[in-house]
Amino acid sequence: MADFWFQFLLALDSSIRVATPLILGAMAGIFSERSGIIDISLEGKMLMAAFVAAAVAYGTGSPWLGAIAAIIVSIIASLIHGFACIIHRGNQVISGLAINILASGLTVIIGIALFRQGGQTPTLPKSARFNSIELPFAQYFADNIPILGVVYKELISGHNILVWLALASVGITYYILFKTTFGLRLRAVGEKPEALDSAGISVSKMRFQAIIIAGILCGLAGVYLSTATGAGFVKEMTAGKGYIALAAMIFGKWRPVPALFACLMFGFLEAVAARVQGAEFPIIGEISSDLLLALPYVLTVVLLAGFIGGVSPPRAIGQPYIKER
Amino acid sequence: MSRNNLLLIVGVIVVAAVIIFNLDMQVEDKKETVSFKPAVVFDMGGKFDKSFNEGVWNGVKKFTEETGIEVMEFEVTNETQREQAMRRMVDKGATVVLGVGFAQADAISKVAAENPNVQFSIIDVGWLDAPNLRQYVFKEHEGSYLVGIAAAKATKTGKVGFVGGQDIGLISKFACGYVGGVKSVLPNADIYENMTGSTPSAWNDPARGAELTRSQIDRGADVVYHAAGGTGVGVIQAAADAGKLAIGVDSNQNGLAPGSVLTSMLKRVDVAAYETFMDAKNGKFTSGVKALGIAEGGVDWALDENNESLITADIKSALEAAREAILSGSVTVHDYLTDQTCPY
Repeated sequence: MADFWFQFLLALDSSIRVATPLILGAMAGIFSERSGIIDISLEGKMLMAAFVAAAVAYGTGSPWLGAIAAIIVSIIASLIHGFACIIHRGNQVISGLAINILASGLTVIIGIALFRQGGQTPTLPKSARFNSIELPFAQYFADNIPILGVVYKELISGHNILVWLALASVGITYYILFKTTFGLRLRAVGEKPEALDSAGISVSKMRFQAIIIAGILCGLAGVYLSTATGAGFVKEMTAGKGYIALAAMIFGKWRPVPALFACLMFGFLEAVAARVQGAEFPIIGEISSDLLLALPYVLTVVLLAGFIGGVSPPRAIGQPYIKER
Repeated sequence: MSRNNLLLIVGVIVVAAVIIFNLDMQVEDKKETVSFKPAVVFDMGGKFDKSFNEGVWNGVKKFTEETGIEVMEFEVTNETQREQAMRRMVDKGATVVLGVGFAQADAISKVAAENPNVQFSIIDVGWLDAPNLRQYVFKEHEGSYLVGIAAAKATKTGKVGFVGGQDIGLISKFACGYVGGVKSVLPNADIYENMTGSTPSAWNDPARGAELTRSQIDRGADVVYHAAGGTGVGVIQAAADAGKLAIGVDSNQNGLAPGSVLTSMLKRVDVAAYETFMDAKNGKFTSGVKALGIAEGGVDWALDENNESLITADIKSALEAAREAILSGSVTVHDYLTDQTCPY
């Protein structure tokens, strides 16, 4: 039994690691969509950021420079999205899709040109990555304090700085959205932009600010994938995480804290799926890991269909704002 | 005769001689090309990808060094170029065209059907049928069996892991051979098997590969073998981060994390490339499927300066013994694809 709980604890620990890029992506999505801009380019921005982070970290040997470069590139991608759908009032889904396609092609082509390894970057040495941080006294507590000590060592200690940043981003997102004037305006611009406009605040400016923040958060998610949990870039390495983040954001009804729990749940299901694959259980036999992995999507669809409380996306989402003259 | 006329005549003679000589050369050239002109179409990644394509390139290089015959080459950089590239090779007079990887299967079967007089060969494909097409497959189960033995000899916990890419029969073939190898040394070993996913994105998800590896390490595994393409980068790195051992695949991946990669299961695509061109040159080209195993030098395990400290004399002798046993036929490694089951 003790072993079961220990494994459960490790699965929780794994959930946090899996959830980290999802949390950052979901928060990025919340900023963007709360301001009225659909952002399916989370995936592409993460991918570009992952590539740039790995390439720059490899070239300079510094993960921090890699992270900064990645965030800049992710912001540029956001600005392109903004240029297309805020300034030129283009279709936000199509613009986002274009960025995803651009990211998947461009990263590989530049990767081949720079490193000649099939679009991968060389493996990063430990010094060029964000390594896990052992919190003080982890081993001491684990040895001397029953239960809580082990929880402290396995669950809380041993994460890299981006995991902490991701968790912090939830609180920051909550604070900005619901406790500041900026947040109030940001929410308003996604619900009723004309109200904001009549108050003399620029809708375009608000939306640009929102997507720049989204760009920063997406950049961090990419950095996490290639230089923290991973050690280098592999083509298409986001593998749909941007879309899962989007699903988690919807599951969390465009709210930071529920979205956090949605991400953690998706992460937990993945962690459990990894552990039950191929294992036989008494009575029920083998559990299909594919079924567990599909569960988040099924739940999201059920939610969107209105079975669990109903969802209400920001009212002005997807609509370019046209100022009446 | 004036001086000028003399100069003119000499000039004409020289020019004529040069032209005739050149024509002659060209005829010579043409004869050469008609008899034998090899070409290779590398796939995405290019010939220095430190993996599959580079393996083929090594075989091509060896052929050129030994025979002095240049091989025409093309590096595909996007999916639509495969067919074009093969057609262009045929147009340029290629007599034998080598395709690299299963992604080129459709292109090569099309171009081969259109050009019955040109010989074609493709690596990692075994399901096509054309009278002018040779196909190479590898007995990955035999190589996996060998690295399974290495894993069983190196584990301290009696628990080892396997991380596959997409959940397809080919990867179960790797897994099954590996399980067979492990169990031949440790009949009661715990073997954790994970497939990364059921879609092609499972080949490019190092984050998930790392997570699966950690889940196996959490349960006590200390050697993890991957057959997962780009996802495997995450497997190797997660094992290295945790101070455990990984086993690489396809090409020699010992250098990805020196000291943390026990060995790599090598698919000697260079052998296939070299053999294709040599056979074609010597008029021994045959169509059909060629399966390269241990006996044919098609699969092997890797030993270099990065892992020589990990391969003890005990492991080495066990691997040599297993290789001998497979060669002599006293051990037959089960091929999962023959009956879709794994008896181990």
